[in-house]
Amino acid sequence: MNSKTMLYILKRILLAILTIWVVITVTFFVVHLIPGGPFTAEKAVSPEVEAALKEKYGLDKPLFQQYITYLKDIITEFDFGPSIKQRGRTVVDIISDGMKTSATLGLIAAASALVIGVVLGSVAALKRNKVIDRVIMVITTAFISMPSFIMGTALLLLGSFVLNMHTFGDTAGGLILPTITLALYPMAHITRLTRSSMLDVLGQDYIRTAKAKGVSGPKIIFGHALKNALIPVITYFGPMLAYIVTGSLVVEKIFGVAGIGKEFVSSITNRDYPMVMGTTIILASLIVIMNLVGDILYKVVDPRITLE
Amino acid sequence: MKKKNPFSMQVDLDQFIPATAEEKEYMVKMRPPSTFFKDGVKRLLKNKVATVSFFIIVFITIACLIIPMVWPYEYDEQLGQQLFKPVDPSYNNLKPFEYGATELERIENGEKVFPHIFGTDSAGRDYFIRVVYGTRISLTVGFFASIIVLVIGMTIGSLAGYLGGKVDLVIMRIVDIIYSLPDMLMVILLATVFKLVFGDALKGTFLEAIGGNIISLFIVFALLYWVSMARLIRGQILSLREQEYVLSAKATGAGSRWIIMKHLVPNCISVIIISTALQIPSAIFTESYLSFIGLGVNAPMPSLGSLASDALNGVMSYPYRLVIPAIVISLIVLSLNLFGDGLRDAFDPKINS
Repeated sequence: MNSKTMLYILKRILLAILTIWVVITVTFFVVHLIPGGPFTAEKAVSPEVEAALKEKYGLDKPLFQQYITYLKDIITEFDFGPSIKQRGRTVVDIISDGMKTSATLGLIAAASALVIGVVLGSVAALKRNKVIDRVIMVITTAFISMPSFIMGTALLLLGSFVLNMHTFGDTAGGLILPTITLALYPMAHITRLTRSSMLDVLGQDYIRTAKAKGVSGPKIIFGHALKNALIPVITYFGPMLAYIVTGSLVVEKIFGVAGIGKEFVSSITNRDYPMVMGTTIILASLIVIMNLVGDILYKVVDPRITLE
Repeated sequence: MKKKNPFSMQVDLDQFIPATAEEKEYMVKMRPPSTFFKDGVKRLLKNKVATVSFFIIVFITIACLIIPMVWPYEYDEQLGQQLFKPVDPSYNNLKPFEYGATELERIENGEKVFPHIFGTDSAGRDYFIRVVYGTRISLTVGFFASIIVLVIGMTIGSLAGYLGGKVDLVIMRIVDIIYSLPDMLMVILLATVFKLVFGDALKGTFLEAIGGNIISLFIVFALLYWVSMARLIRGQILSLREQEYVLSAKATGAGSRWIIMKHLVPNCISVIIISTALQIPSAIFTESYLSFIGLGVNAPMPSLGSLASDALNGVMSYPYRLVIPAIVISLIVLSLNLFGDGLRDAFDPKINS
């Protein structure tokens, strides 16, 4: 790794930190644009009680001071404050609880999307313009055009009518369909990505050389082609995570999975502002960090890539 | 005459005769002069998938415009509701081609009643017209959101590309930050907040019918989605402004505005059109996603996403209510994507060369 690469990585890290700060700031001020405090929707309380509540949550201080406190609490203690609607629980508690289910769901979905996508993409590239390639391309095009909520409900119908399942999300078996829903779109995307970069790689001179030397077919693919064909897939790392995070909001709503996505959607409808802010910031930071990791890996893995 | 060597390559001139005028005419191929645009259209028409997609889009668009004019029911009309009477529950949740109690009476009396092709929803509203309105909303949102993105992205991108220097640097840093924001989460956050902020302000104005959510959706698009368009156009402009014709325009005294509008933008118009076309399905996607988690259009106005979301509650008894908007939305997004790909193949100068 030369100094140019280091400089690039440093720049990217700074940009990521800046982005997370922008997310926190935008989230804070945008949420505080909402007319009325968090207690206006409650039953009418006496002015004294409201003042006491406001003092308890620090809402009586000027906005900028609240912002500084909020920022300081996040940085020093990773504290996003208490949830307003779920009494006695902090935002971090709720998020870490929901994260257990969601992370399992997301990781399994991401891993299976990656494996299946790479295999299908390679097969499609090797059998270019054969029936199997056409079939794979048609199916992946269809998956890409279908919003996740439609995919999810289709699978829900399938599960309840054909497979006679009644509960989802509580048991390990119930997580299968949500995972498939979440995995289909990234899988289709990775398949197409792998196919096109594989086709690109297979046309290179070193593959021809290997063939001319008499290297066997599978060895060319696994030894020479795949390694290089996978480089563009790395860049999809961040976007895939972003998709899985946002996709899980819908998938968890459809299947009733008790994860972070469901908490987020219900906190939007319940107007639980600290929850909305906390979840947005944590999930957004996660995506920004994953994008950063993907970008850095991409530059480190392939020395041919020139740096901006 | 010397006998010809049978292996000689020398031609025998007697076997050739001059061509007649008619034959000459036949050989001349006159082709009308073609333009870049005509060539592109020709290529596009050859692409069957793109042509079919285009006709599907046109068909759906025209259907959405015409059907509400001739259909006897309204999207927010509760069919069971009558003057001075309690709401007739027999109209709620009708299966396709079923009729409510009073309609059955009218049919007995020999009257013709227009059928409910897709039945009615849980509030006794004709489902077919709701799907039509939902499609209309989704298409409108997709179209206008793309126009907003186009205008903002084009203005900022061409300014950054043409002016360069400090302006470019500042704009591109802002673009970098917005680009690395997780868009969907920001959209959800902004839509949540704008819905509440604009909800009251819009009361009584004509914008109320569109709904605060749609307005906030447009604002979100205007704030977040212009960056990729701006990046694209900046890149184009950067390479174009070094061309000789720009230099000659400058030499003859043209101003920046003139050069951008008359020389630079027209030269990257195909790239602009293609990415706008591909922006529409993604906007429709976003709208349906937001509607699905409850941040889309205001009830009773339907959109395809909110129809699907509402149908989820009764999905075991009325699966078709979910399937119909799902099919429409997939069809629209798929055909727009395929048409956009076809446009790119036909018009992108980089691919042709």
